[in-house]
Amino acid sequence: MADFEPRIVAFVCNWCTYAGADLTGTSRIKYASNVRIVRFPCTGRIDYMLLIEAFNEGADGIIVSGCHPNDCHYTSGNFHARRRWIMFRSLCDFMGIDIRRIKFSWVSAAEGAKWADIVNKTVTEIRALGPYDEYKKVAKTPEKEVIHG
Amino acid sequence: MNSDRRLIRKDSLEKLFKALKQNNKTIIGPALQNGKISYKISNNYSEITSDYIQTTQSSKEIAFPRTEKILAYSKNAEGMSVKGIDIKDIPEIVLWGVRPCDAIGIGELSAIFNWDYKDEIFNNRLSKVTVLGFSCSKADEYCFCTSVGGNPGNTEGSDILFTQLGENGDYLAEILTEKGSLIVSMAEALFERAGKVEKEKFLVDVPVRFNHEDVRNKLTTFFESGEWVQQSLKCLGCGACAYVCPTCACFDIQDEAHGKSGSRVRCWDSCGFSLFTLHTSGHNPREVQSQRWRQRIMHKFSYMPDRLSVFGCTGCGRCSRACPADMNILEHLISIQEATV
Amino acid sequence: MDDLRKRAKELLEASAVKVVIGYENGTENKTRAIFVEKPEDTGKLIFDSRCIMNLASYLTKHEVKNKGKMAVTATLPVMRAIIQLASEFQVNDSNLLVLGITPESKLIEFKDLAEVESFVHKYQIEIDVRNKEMLDKIDKMPASERWNFWIKELAPCFKCYACRAACPMCYCHRCTVDFNQPQWIPVPSHELGNLEWHIMRAVHLAGRCVDCDACYNACPLAIPLNLLTKRMLIDAKEHFGGYQPAIKAEHLMSTYKPDDKENFIL
Ligand code: SF4
Ligand code: SF4
Ligand code: SF4
Ligand code: SF4
Ligand code: FES
Repeated sequence: MADFEPRIVAFVCNWCTYAGADLTGTSRIKYASNVRIVRFPCTGRIDYMLLIEAFNEGADGIIVSGCHPNDCHYTSGNFHARRRWIMFRSLCDFMGIDIRRIKFSWVSAAEGAKWADIVNKTVTEIRALGPYDEYKKVAKTPEKEVIHG
Repeated sequence: MNSDRRLIRKDSLEKLFKALKQNNKTIIGPALQNGKISYKISNNYSEITSDYIQTTQSSKEIAFPRTEKILAYSKNAEGMSVKGIDIKDIPEIVLWGVRPCDAIGIGELSAIFNWDYKDEIFNNRLSKVTVLGFSCSKADEYCFCTSVGGNPGNTEGSDILFTQLGENGDYLAEILTEKGSLIVSMAEALFERAGKVEKEKFLVDVPVRFNHEDVRNKLTTFFESGEWVQQSLKCLGCGACAYVCPTCACFDIQDEAHGKSGSRVRCWDSCGFSLFTLHTSGHNPREVQSQRWRQRIMHKFSYMPDRLSVFGCTGCGRCSRACPADMNILEHLISIQEATV
Repeated sequence: MDDLRKRAKELLEASAVKVVIGYENGTENKTRAIFVEKPEDTGKLIFDSRCIMNLASYLTKHEVKNKGKMAVTATLPVMRAIIQLASEFQVNDSNLLVLGITPESKLIEFKDLAEVESFVHKYQIEIDVRNKEMLDKIDKMPASERWNFWIKELAPCFKCYACRAACPMCYCHRCTVDFNQPQWIPVPSHELGNLEWHIMRAVHLAGRCVDCDACYNACPLAIPLNLLTKRMLIDAKEHFGGYQPAIKAEHLMSTYKPDDKENFIL
């Protein structure tokens, strides 16, 4: 497990977190390279099914991030998103999905250092948790046939 | 092959079960889950229940799984590799505790899968199945096997048919096929000679409620009847009836792609769904639920007998038991027979 | 019951409604929906404790709706569903009349849906003790045990969608599970396909589910899928002050408060 490098997918909004991550780069702050960033117009557009999809495709961890409350480019996208995350996260927990592997954050365009910090902490934590085998096993079920539930 | 009649002691069934396991058979039998009786892979005799009228789902899954990978592909530097189902991977199955209305359904399903195209996967699976039927000493309001040509002690479709001779009694075993004899040969000593047994005495009486040939005739002029709407107003348009039915054979092909590899999967489908006939254009030739309900009955009682010389209903009553809206197919067939066109 | 028949008869005789949706005796001591269009058939209507199907699911079905104005026998959960449907513009006063049945099994007449709403608001949605115990039991399991519990419970699901068909809130002509361009939920009923289908179903019903248990009662395999929506109800209570269907209210999941509380966003 020592050389396990987690695969992490980050779903971020264009206006704050994406710009923030950009700043991390231009400020030459070094951070873990395990994250693949997917850019969205707004956290309001980050459908919970996308998070599930990321796990299906083999992600070991997920970061979802956007503008701080009151800073959303579209005024209220992040407020809507927050409600949905509250419910979705709780449902995931109830169904036994490992919610330690899904991180939510507010990162503004000015918070390059915060972004680096979140990524690094997430990578360290997921590395310690190991690959998300429990989910991957289920995601592989197309490989077997289903007879008699 | 003439049926060979033997007697097996009630206590010997467990020994038979063990003998089959020793011969590397996968045994699938009725078991209880969440208060429902389903066919399950049984590793111990104690998992099998004998106290049931009918299982919730039919046994069609042994040859027609609800989700079946029919091929897998992967792309690599050399090109493309495609792998189909290997018959060697299909286990030898003994289906334990099948009711006569389920056993006969396997033949009806087979007629569909061998109509013009011979479905190799289905046939291969079926070739590995031995059916141990158990005749019925109990029935409920939903049962109507005798109205569609069956009966509670029907041997058709079983390789061996067991009939319990009275409550807590021993069993008459009618060995009906080569596959059945093979099973007997695995535990020869358990099968004693049967004296004269009047099997019919021990079967439940299921009254004949309608005549399936009459219904078939009626349907030739019934397509436009208002009866379909009357019957199906309460139908919710789900797939429960089709999925539990031993003879429903509709399926959908899905490709599941993951990057450079993937598989093609055959999944159950149902004519009860509105999506079943939806065209890409948006047009739906079966626009409303009554047309879908009509299709269900027409297919089983008109199209199948016309084309395949078998009816598509064994009278097992599963669809009515499973229906969330209590659409009772028996009632509806009776009212079709009685309707004046 | 006599009140109900009498009222139904009057309504049909006066052509105040075209169809009365109610319950009749079904197979093996079950009850089922009946659509009474002639005054002389009102004698078939019944009501007793076996009448648990949520008849509100019929109010959005083409062939029923197209008959004209409907009257429906409605217990409290059915009334809740009706109010939720009204708030989603699926039923209104011009196409629906409610023949209410109080929790004490008394017939109660409503002038309009606004009156139904006030009646509904006299009661809170309460999760029954048995289900509450089950929810607690699951909550107390370690996460991986919960995971295994759900994978096992959902395994038999063969995606007949009877739960969806029986749910009054699942009236969409095209459900997310039916989309294949792009495909969101795998069609096959393997472990992943079933997991995703049930996550999706629960999320789409959050803040809309009236806890009538019609989905669970419809499932031919008795999968405890209603626990998921019950859990969402509890969450709605904990985080957003609870759920009560209301004709003009903002929907719980399509609105927000700037000060919604959470404790997990970094
Ligand atoms: S008859 Fe019953 S089981 Fe069949 S589609 Fe209609 S509601 Fe579903
Ligand atoms: S149509 Fe119904 S009664 Fe007939 S075989 Fe199918 S499930 Fe059984
Ligand atoms: S009714 Fe039951 S089996 Fe059918 S889709 Fe719903 S949960 Fe699955
Ligand atoms: S999800 Fe189930 S309990 Fe909730 S409204 Fe729909 S049928 Fe009723
Ligand atoms: S634009 Fe960043 S959260 Fe809406």
